[in-house]
Amino acid sequence: MGARLTLETTAARLVGRLSRAAGRGGGTTLPGKLLWKVDPDAIDALAARLRFGSALISATNGKTTTSAMTARILAGRYRLAWNHSGANLASGVASTLLAAPDAELGLLEVDEGALPEVMRRVQPRAVSLGNLFRDQLDRYGELELIAERWRDAIARLDERATLVVNADDPLVADLAHGRSRALRFGLDDLRQARSSLQHAADSKYCIRCGRPYRYEGAYVGHLGDYRCAGCGHARPQLDVAARNIELEGLDASAFDLVAPEGTTRVRLPLPGLYNVYNALAACSLSLALGTPLADIRVGLESFSPAFGRFERIEAGGRRMLILLIKNPAGANEAIRTLEHGGVPPVLVIALNDAIADGQDVSWIWDVDLEPLLARAERVIASGDRAAELALRCTYGGLPRDALEVVPSLEAALDRGLELIPPGGELAVLPTYTAMLRLRAIAAGRGLVRPYWERAEA
Amino acid sequence: MRISVGHLYPDYLNIYADRGNIAVLARRAALRGHELGVEAIGIGDPLEPGAHDLLYIGGGQDHEQALIAPDLAAKGGVVKEAVGGGTALLAVCGGYQLLGRGYRGRDGSFMPGAGLFPHETIAGERRMIGDVLLECELEPGEKHTVAGFENHAGRTRLDRGAVPLGRVIAGFGNDGESGYEGCRVGRALGTYLHGPLLPRNPWLADWLLRQALAHATGREPTTLEPLADDLERLAHTVSAERAMERGGRW
Repeated sequence: MGARLTLETTAARLVGRLSRAAGRGGGTTLPGKLLWKVDPDAIDALAARLRFGSALISATNGKTTTSAMTARILAGRYRLAWNHSGANLASGVASTLLAAPDAELGLLEVDEGALPEVMRRVQPRAVSLGNLFRDQLDRYGELELIAERWRDAIARLDERATLVVNADDPLVADLAHGRSRALRFGLDDLRQARSSLQHAADSKYCIRCGRPYRYEGAYVGHLGDYRCAGCGHARPQLDVAARNIELEGLDASAFDLVAPEGTTRVRLPLPGLYNVYNALAACSLSLALGTPLADIRVGLESFSPAFGRFERIEAGGRRMLILLIKNPAGANEAIRTLEHGGVPPVLVIALNDAIADGQDVSWIWDVDLEPLLARAERVIASGDRAAELALRCTYGGLPRDALEVVPSLEAALDRGLELIPPGGELAVLPTYTAMLRLRAIAAGRGLVRPYWERAEA
Repeated sequence: MRISVGHLYPDYLNIYADRGNIAVLARRAALRGHELGVEAIGIGDPLEPGAHDLLYIGGGQDHEQALIAPDLAAKGGVVKEAVGGGTALLAVCGGYQLLGRGYRGRDGSFMPGAGLFPHETIAGERRMIGDVLLECELEPGEKHTVAGFENHAGRTRLDRGAVPLGRVIAGFGNDGESGYEGCRVGRALGTYLHGPLLPRNPWLADWLLRQALAHATGREPTTLEPLADDLERLAHTVSAERAMERGGRW
């Protein structure tokens, strides 16, 4: 590391401390932003000093949970530079690397748009690509555009690096086509499959010839066991698979983790098939880094949910169950999990439209809210676009007298908690910035520690 | 009265919550005692002029749009005949582009459209993304605002004398410079605005229903019984404020 980098990193670290001292949101990205501005090449040097290199994780959905699971698995083996607060742009990566001068391995969740640049600079040992769903079209553009940019970045990736891909996602699986060092993961249990694709399914048409895929089984959105009747393009052979999956309501799931090294039964303390996908991604990435299967099992079984992703918060003898929703595919899975485990009678749904949420709120119409609306006794629509959300609920069949519009999130939470009995559970489904606000409210009431103070896994 | 709706390529063009627009039409029709019958029209399916009171076409990703474009171009004559015969139509985003004369790519390629709307679309370098507010006067003397969201790289140039859907108060509109958005031909409306378009612009949903009912009954459009629309008004107000605060500009 050159003298210039030392100087800059010292300055940037100082900014981080000042930012935290000033109490403005943890300063998780500010020093990185500064460094990124002064000297973008510094990331390259910071990453190069990691003794065991770096592993990157990207996906539309599940990257925070996948990286938290991987951290849980790897924490005993390496000192990690891990961006656990979710600061996943290049500046966040810079901050994370800066803040961990003694780290041995970089474990970095990376925004889909930022991945090509971060890959080029960090030169990772392994990259996990989980899925591509339509998400914030106003911000990211269309799926194929992202896939093309990923493809270009992968073409320049060192051939010794391992590429981990979700074999069940046609667009993502194809990125590993012809690559020798690759691990392909997927689900292999047709009892858990849906008989048909959901309304908002993406990538329904063959990426080679444009004809509709035939699904042996679709598990989450368009993720599944697909085959094109026209040209024969099909899901590749799985290297890492989940079989004999048992979903245990809102608490857990258990499955046989089938890997090249052998098979082990895992009980994952998180609900939902999408979390089985996250576990497979974390497992494959850990295998790529040389972790024994037994350690992977222990890590997954001792995992606790990431920030706002199926997190429970105690609030005065009542509980809030928080499920982040940020795009149709993710929201549909959160809803499916609630349906499976029992829909709480009172729901707070909070829709914001800041840049991080997506300024275009049309996606809520692509979410299959109807099963929730049919079972909930009362829905409190909240957030900056509460009225838009309320309209969506109305047109989804919710009677007007079961609907309350409370734009202030704090007031909506109080109203929700008031409506449930002591010991009851309030389901809260916030978009990203609404979740941050929710955490701030909870922290302000002493219910949770701020996220930047949370211990690593 | 039964209102027959033909929804073009719903499996391909559904990227901007197009089912929201259909849900609004169905519910607002039902609250007035009418029934909306929606038929999906896919690639290769026959389309009869006059068989539907309203045609709907949404937007898709480039891949999906390219898959349906040849079929829609082949149906162009029938769509024009239907609109000429008083069928109402709403085209959003990609559907709006594809119903013009065609789309010229940056590589000089030309994808022919269905030729209903007198416009041509040229690929642009920067996408036009953001909240939009329009002022429309579909009936003389009746001014209304439309609030929505746009996300398009194509610049749509209306022919001289073509009628836009509205004047841009905030946002980019057809091409980011003309000051106009959308296009109207008879009872057919094309626009870049989604959000979806109709939930927060109930007057426009009712205008389309009136046109569709006029086609169904063979009579002049009549007025519809007003609805409460308190949530709709609130959603419109917030969306309109967003356009004023942060609507797109170069």
